[in-house]
Parts: sequence; C-alpha cells; structure tokens
Amino acid sequence: MEKEIAVGIKSDTDIVAAREQGRCLAERIGFTPVELTVISTAISEIARNIIEHAKSGEIVLSEYQNGTKHGIQITASDQGPGIPDVNRAMQDDYSTGKGLGLGLPGSKRLMDEFEIQSHVGQGTVVVMRKWKYL
Amino acid sequence: MRVPIHKQGSYLIASIQAALTDADLLQLQDDLSSKVGRYRSRGAIVDVTALDVMDSFAVRTLRSIAHMLRLRGAETVIVGIQPEVAFAMVQLGLTLEDVATALDLEEGLAYLDTLTKKSGS
Repeated sequence: MEKEIAVGIKSDTDIVAAREQGRCLAERIGFTPVELTVISTAISEIARNIIEHAKSGEIVLSEYQNGTKHGIQITASDQGPGIPDVNRAMQDDYSTGKGLGLGLPGSKRLMDEFEIQSHVGQGTVVVMRKWKYL
Repeated sequence: MRVPIHKQGSYLIASIQAALTDADLLQLQDDLSSKVGRYRSRGAIVDVTALDVMDSFAVRTLRSIAHMLRLRGAETVIVGIQPEVAFAMVQLGLTLEDVATALDLEEGLAYLDTLTKKSGS
C-alpha cells in the first residue's frame, strides 16, 4: 500500500510510459490479463486527454483499499483550460479534440468508478478506480 | 520504434514489434503509403499481435492507413488483435468500421489472395 507512481504527461511517449507503469502496478496487485489491458487502455485514453486539451499534466497510479475492496486508483490532473460542460464531455461522440470523442465516457465504461472535477481556467482532475474481483 | 515493413510478393507486411507512440503510428502510415507505390503492392497486412493496448488514436490511425492505401490501390488487413485487446476496444466503443481483420498472418494472406484474385490480377 501507499505506493504511488507519478508519471508526468508532456508528450506522446509519456502516454506509453503511463500505461506501461499502470500495467506493471496492476499486475502486482493481481489483476487478470483482460483487466490489465482494460486498465492500460483507460490510462492511455485519459493521458491522451491531458495532451490534447491541457498540453501537460500528471498521472498518479496507486494501489487502493476501501474496506474489503482492493484495486488500483488512477488520478489524472492538469492545469489546462478546464471543461465548461462536464456532462456534455461525458457523452459519447462529443469531441473537441482530435480523438474519436470516446476518451472520457469510454474510460468510464472501462473502469468501476470514475469521478471528474473540472474548473474553467484552473484544470481538470479525473479519479478512476478498478476493483479486483476474487 | 519504427515498424519494419517487408515485401512479400505483391503484398507488404508491417509487423509491429512493441508498443507504439503516436509518432510511430504516423510514421507507419507514411511508410506504408509510400512503399505501396514503390513496390506496386496490391495489399498490406498490419500485424498488431504485439500490441497490448489499442486506444482511440491507434484505431483511428489504422483506419486512416486502410483508407489511404485503398486510395493508392491496395487493400489492408489488420491481423492479430489479441482477445484482451478486442474486449477493451469493444468496451471503449472503438470499431475498425469497414477495415478488414483476420485472425493471424496466414488468414490475412488468404484474405488478400481472394480479394486480389477477384479483381482479376
């Protein structure tokens, strides 16, 4: 526990680094191969969101325990422009960037818990968690 | 890491060896588009067996590659999507739309053979 891995996100190579670090941590926690891929994919999308909308930011990966639930927590934060309408950004096909408009809603579908806080002019914080099922 | 592209008869085979950055994927797109012309290829296979993640950018770029190569007169097949990757893609909502896929290299080659035979070459 209490292990935290921070990955700075500034370029496309950092997206690969973040998802590989996430896969390693998830593997140590004991997720299945399918879950490892699901977690890496969600990290990739959320890291890509940082690059596209805020240019730079950070992803913090940690092991997470809440009562009997055990899993991985991924926090993505940036000091970018923020999202004026979070509800709209969470809809499929709503895209302002160069992606497919699946980044935020898609990542939410991949994970078990997904929280987003965004303030215009201050930035965005996404916290997502995946639980390990025994 | 640049993806090696081999010529096999009238086809090109791009074998992805490791995780790709966005820049690597765009490089692959450029390389395939130019090599299809240089070798007058009728088909291209992109082998993604080694990819443990296909996110929205990777999928969008593979779609672009297939569409660009079709405009250059070649058909593209994506082969080797791993079962976990397929699962994550579906959950994320990603599709390759009209891009052909096959289980592995062998099936991909067989598919291209049927296509190029049909077009009378």
